[in-house]
Amino acid sequence: MSNLDHILELEDVSKFFGTVIALNGVTLRLRRGEVHCLLGDNGAGKSTLIKTLAGVHLPDKGEYRVDGRTVHFKSPREALDLGIATVYQDLALVPLMSVARNFFMGREPRKKLIGPFHVMDHDLARRTAIEKLADMGIRVRDANQVVGTMSGGERQCLAIARAIHFGARVLILDEPTAALGVRQGVNVLKLIRRARAKGISVIFITHNVNHAYPVGDSFTLLNRGRSLGTFSKGEIAKDKVLDMMAGGAEMQTLMAELEGVTI
Amino acid sequence: MTGPDISPPATAAAPAAPSDERVREIGPLRRFLARPEFGSISGAVLVFAVFAVTAGDSGMFSAEGIVNWATVAAFLGIIAVGAALLMIGGEFDLSIGSMIGFAGMMLAIPALYWGWPLWVACLFTFVLCAALGAVNGSLVVRTGLPSFIVTLAFYFILRGLSLALSTMLTGKTILSNNEGVALRDLVSSDYLFSTLFSGHVLTGLFNAMAGWGWIAARDGGGALAIGVPKVVVWWLLLTAIGGFVLARTRRGNWILAVGGDANAAKNTGVPVARVKVSLFVVTALCSALFAVLQVADAGSAAADRGLQKEFEAIIAAVIGGCLLSGGYGSVVGASIGALIFGVVQIGIGYTSIDNNWYRVFLGAMLLAAVLFNTYIRKRVALGRR
Repeated sequence: MSNLDHILELEDVSKFFGTVIALNGVTLRLRRGEVHCLLGDNGAGKSTLIKTLAGVHLPDKGEYRVDGRTVHFKSPREALDLGIATVYQDLALVPLMSVARNFFMGREPRKKLIGPFHVMDHDLARRTAIEKLADMGIRVRDANQVVGTMSGGERQCLAIARAIHFGARVLILDEPTAALGVRQGVNVLKLIRRARAKGISVIFITHNVNHAYPVGDSFTLLNRGRSLGTFSKGEIAKDKVLDMMAGGAEMQTLMAELEGVTI
Repeated sequence: MTGPDISPPATAAAPAAPSDERVREIGPLRRFLARPEFGSISGAVLVFAVFAVTAGDSGMFSAEGIVNWATVAAFLGIIAVGAALLMIGGEFDLSIGSMIGFAGMMLAIPALYWGWPLWVACLFTFVLCAALGAVNGSLVVRTGLPSFIVTLAFYFILRGLSLALSTMLTGKTILSNNEGVALRDLVSSDYLFSTLFSGHVLTGLFNAMAGWGWIAARDGGGALAIGVPKVVVWWLLLTAIGGFVLARTRRGNWILAVGGDANAAKNTGVPVARVKVSLFVVTALCSALFAVLQVADAGSAAADRGLQKEFEAIIAAVIGGCLLSGGYGSVVGASIGALIFGVVQIGIGYTSIDNNWYRVFLGAMLLAAVLFNTYIRKRVALGRR
């Protein structure tokens, strides 16, 4: 029952690591051009799920479809070739290298020097990096600036802009706002909006409902390896999302104990 | 990109505004300070200044004097280029010195005892060393062990092999001739080998300069300094190639990425294993080149050659601005580091200073360079205070 409205579909997928059931019959459907938030507390199976989507893990049970076709990724490279790009929390940036060098790391543009000799086209790399970052609303004055001098939010944006530039149709963002301050977190959320405006489908992993709710079109909640269901924004209120995520009643009791704490 | 703090949203609408009030202007001086070569350049200036004062009129800066220290610098520079590239790629090779001794033996034994043409023996040496470099690299990449420990093993294995094999095959550990055939004669009679590795270039120019009275001449009329030794040409050539590859090519970007963060490099599609192994091969080839040039120069091979050269090469690379943790450094800087070595090692002989101070100086220089590099990385490259 594939549906071409969906760019990615996980159908009843399970993944086991020895005796541990990391994912248990999870179904996730990503519609074209939507921002789909994947919410769950620590240990809910978020990491296993994105690694399955990214081609790091093969599902033990169930089906993974891209554009309605079943896929069996042997490596992340194959997922990338289909335009599924994952920005992990470590961002895959080298702090001691410049913005331009990082932007094109592993995919350096080249130009002919003499005969069979090619050199890296630094001018093109610098220009493109600045341009593409500006496209996403990020200002970098000097492409020679070392990434180590940039803030966490700027680095996150750089990694996302890079993934988009290299042809991502689906962006999987692993807790992009987790380590960021308020303003920087908002900048990343803006970037997610921009990506969607460009027609890119986004899977946004977070455990912060306050970040998920403003940008998300639909929400899938994971708890202990199972999906608690997918809800579109109209169907569910923020409090309800939070409630389900935190384990509902348990959390209520705890909140009551920690007097005066409200979310 | 932390967003404009003061300006109203209307002005922030232009995304690629030419200036960002949150980025400080960096002047040219600060830029120069931030370059990895800065330490070695200032070190070289200092060293030249000291010797200009203490040994200025001793002949150290005459043509022969310059050729003298340039030769020492060149030998070290050749292995420093390899060590620097490897260090920027995030690894070490402690087997450089042992490889030099081993390579010299692998050149001399086939040529003297097995009757191989010298150029064939030379080719054999390079291929063998490249293969050993690949073994070193593959072990490091496959096992994930620190290169320090893997190459320390080869430090002993190769030194032991040079001694054991030469004793076993020839009964000697220093080889200069066998059955009336001298290695020196083999060198001068092998056109290809001697063109590449032996003698000098620009001899005509030197003689002409002697004729014009610019540099000292011998009684016969030729220049006292014969010419520029080929080892110097190799050194300059390798420095130029290494510097170019690092700064301008895709391969250079890979080396920086692999040394800076191997995991990040892998995740963006850089062939990390291949880059690292090839850097070990390059380092081994540099050691082999050192050995071949040394055999050509000395007319002999000895199993104990190259002792402690790995440390000198690493020190030159560190003086040249390479970080021990990888991902940052300069090939040109490493070559200037080697130049400092040559000038000090030879220069001390021209002064009244006791030669033993040379090592003290080296240690102090290394310490200063490391402290300086760490400071620079924090302060300028990463913008911390």
